[in-house]
Amino acid sequence: MSTNTFSVTVRVWRQDGPGRPGAFADYPVAGVNPDMSFLEMLDVLNDELTMKGIEPVAFAHDCREGICGTCSLVIDGKPHGPHHGVASCQTYMRSYKDGDVIVVEPYRARPFPVVKDLVTDRSAFDKIQQAGGFISIRTGSAPEANSVPVPKEVADLAMDAAQCIGCGACVAACKNSSAMLFVAAKVSHLGLLPQGQPERDRRVLAMVSTMDGLGFGSCTNQYECSAACPKLISHDFIARMNRDYAKAVFRSAFKPVAAGAEA
Amino acid sequence: MAKLDSKVPPGELSGKWRRHKADIRLVNPANKRKYEVIVVGAGLAGSSAAASLAEMGYKVSCFVFHDSPRRAHSIAAQGGINAAKNYQNDGDSVYRLFYDTIKGGDYRAREANVHRLAEVSVNIIDQCVAQGVPFAREYGGLLDNRSFGGAQVSRTFYARGQTGQQLLLGAYSALSKGIASGGITLHTQSEMLDLVVVDGHAKGIIVRDLVTGTITRHAADAVILATGGYGNVFNLSTYARGSNATAIWRAYKRGACFANPCYTQIHPTCIPVTGDYQSKLTLMSESLRNDGRIWVPKRKEDRLKPPASIPESDRDYYLERIYPSFGNLCPRDVASRAAKRVCDEGRGVGISGLGVYLDFAESIGRLGESGVRERYGNLFDIYKEITNENAYKVPMRIFPAVHYTMGGLWVDYNLMSNVPGLFVLGEANFSDHGANRLGASALMQGLGDGYFVIPYTVGDYLASQKPGSRPSADSQEFKTAEVEVALTTSRMLSIKGKEPVSHYHKRLGQIMWQYCGMARNKEGLEKALQEIPALRKEFWENVHVPGSGDTMNQSLERAGRVADFLELGELMCRDALAREESCGGHFREEHQYPDGECKRDDVNFAHVAAWEFAGEGKDPVRNTEPLNYETVKMSVRNYK
Repeated sequence: MSTNTFSVTVRVWRQDGPGRPGAFADYPVAGVNPDMSFLEMLDVLNDELTMKGIEPVAFAHDCREGICGTCSLVIDGKPHGPHHGVASCQTYMRSYKDGDVIVVEPYRARPFPVVKDLVTDRSAFDKIQQAGGFISIRTGSAPEANSVPVPKEVADLAMDAAQCIGCGACVAACKNSSAMLFVAAKVSHLGLLPQGQPERDRRVLAMVSTMDGLGFGSCTNQYECSAACPKLISHDFIARMNRDYAKAVFRSAFKPVAAGAEA
Repeated sequence: MAKLDSKVPPGELSGKWRRHKADIRLVNPANKRKYEVIVVGAGLAGSSAAASLAEMGYKVSCFVFHDSPRRAHSIAAQGGINAAKNYQNDGDSVYRLFYDTIKGGDYRAREANVHRLAEVSVNIIDQCVAQGVPFAREYGGLLDNRSFGGAQVSRTFYARGQTGQQLLLGAYSALSKGIASGGITLHTQSEMLDLVVVDGHAKGIIVRDLVTGTITRHAADAVILATGGYGNVFNLSTYARGSNATAIWRAYKRGACFANPCYTQIHPTCIPVTGDYQSKLTLMSESLRNDGRIWVPKRKEDRLKPPASIPESDRDYYLERIYPSFGNLCPRDVASRAAKRVCDEGRGVGISGLGVYLDFAESIGRLGESGVRERYGNLFDIYKEITNENAYKVPMRIFPAVHYTMGGLWVDYNLMSNVPGLFVLGEANFSDHGANRLGASALMQGLGDGYFVIPYTVGDYLASQKPGSRPSADSQEFKTAEVEVALTTSRMLSIKGKEPVSHYHKRLGQIMWQYCGMARNKEGLEKALQEIPALRKEFWENVHVPGSGDTMNQSLERAGRVADFLELGELMCRDALAREESCGGHFREEHQYPDGECKRDDVNFAHVAAWEFAGEGKDPVRNTEPLNYETVKMSVRNYK
């Protein structure tokens, strides 16, 4: 616990709504405690702005413990701020010092339009999931849980991929606004497990084509995505998805047609 | 007075649910698509309900205030989910899970509901595994388990420290499948601001679009609320910042009874408060109590010394000392009160004195640092980020914090409230945890309600409603409710007073924590019942909500939620005052044994208190539902 407070200037992106012009505005914040989270510092700023008659800065947040994936700030040019493997909400003011000017922006990616100030619309991610990010089983139809053994290494690897929080930092970090890390995480999570095998091909084909259709760019293997990922999901999953995709394309090309039948 | 018929089926306990399923009415497949069901919330309970009902053929609309259903706060549950699989061969059974949950709830839950929960627990694990939830496994490929508080068997399934996340993503995948197939219409960033009741039945909701501010009316044949708990009444809690009571509170004001609002769970292992700017408290999973040992110095003079410099002989491992059979794994309410007692004695650690040590030195010695890292690595990382301390080297400092609410809207065995057509699932209802919830049981209840209870019971109600008979969203009741919502919104925006919303939320939280927190007494509760209405009056005269109602306005969203908390907080204090006994999370200082344990009064309080709204400015009515224990004998809870 520390009692030495300090002051910073927050240079924050203000934008009224989608498609509206935006601009940076500078706001001083005094009395910053090193144990404050970055979002708590914004809370303090917003209360001050409110009482000055300035509309507070809209920013997305919810759980404030790094798991819901709602927070989505670009701090000094980095999605989720200065630290490796943490979300914006887990960034603490002890990372800054008196007099710092901190630039805060929304994600900048065409598939994630700005809603207001620092809030973006990431519903494109939900659409990709709806394209095939599931195993089609009905409630009540599941077999006994231990009837299908899963090697521990496989379950652990699936979990490494499955812990994606869907925040979109990978897209924001990528110069191409590629969503490959996000999609690869889901495709790998389900594709590694025996339960995910029946739909493995159609899943990867559907999710990739939906991703492309929503305007996300291509991967050019620079791994800005995994560097920005608050859950440190490895870009190796992208390679794995590419292999899955190639195999699925190949297999789906095999469509036997009897002689004389309509193709 | 509301009529509270629990509809618990007759007959022997273990056969009730089976017989009930055979007896209740069904809706034929061709008719299912003629019924529209609204589900509010997309956490474990909401997503699983929406997905399951859509698979059955009902037309489902799901409303969430988040930008994506995957953000619901179920995602933050860390430790695990209980199920009576007995994979560990350690004597577990449906009965034992039922019994532990009833006892853990201090004999204030309904037997039949809890037994059903224990029965469906095993199906939940099957369901989740089939969805691809990557639970922890052993080298042989089978599922692993760990222990949680209040149980002497290992029945908790887990996915590292992110079990809630993985279960929610499983339910979200089922929801996504339903959206893709057209069975579910999803409305994100849509906050329910009122329930519409037509001829005594719940037939729709009023919703505000949080991006555009547009207010819309939605009609349905039944309404399901799965909107979570109300712990943010306390301002500081382990809940997400957006978690709120608005949906259930508006339903209460439309006639649904609110049961046992004073039953709140204070979780023993959270990271202590550091300053008044603080917006949330972070939980350190109960699973840590499997391997961590809780202690404070024996002497108060030692409380600021570096912990490593305090020899074993000067440490008080107070849970192991007081509760030798359960030790560090005693239930949450018991562990929290014990922490409060040692801190009240002046032995609390850290500058504030509000903290106890959770020490892993012994388990690091036993398992090695890597062994501890494998089990709890992400929790140690979170601890490091927040406190800047390395818990592999120095013990964690922890303190109790508000974590869960056992109270909620009253529901019968079918999970229907006393307003026909209004169903309530998960933490939003009151039904399964009595006065204290055991660890790893919230996930079980949310998914049990959504996957395996509501799909059966909603049909029993809908079968009584003629297909196509639902009222139009243009009917008068809908229009009136919409106008009321719009008026409340514009009233809040027009005050333009001198304090931001957060000011009132903090002050309410302080009142609640002081007088209706871990320990309560008559004098304090009466004081709170004076202070809260005064604070509410001040809020409505002096709050400053900036901006307008026709755009994204986060201050306005929070103002509406805090306005509801300011009413609900009062009801919680009323309930706490009326319940002249101690049970589970409700500890009345006047009612305790000489050793500080809860003293229940089964003669006068073996009942559910279900509060009924009587109109603005009038005292609510306290209805009761007696708790008839047919199978278990109520006894003094003993973890010694």
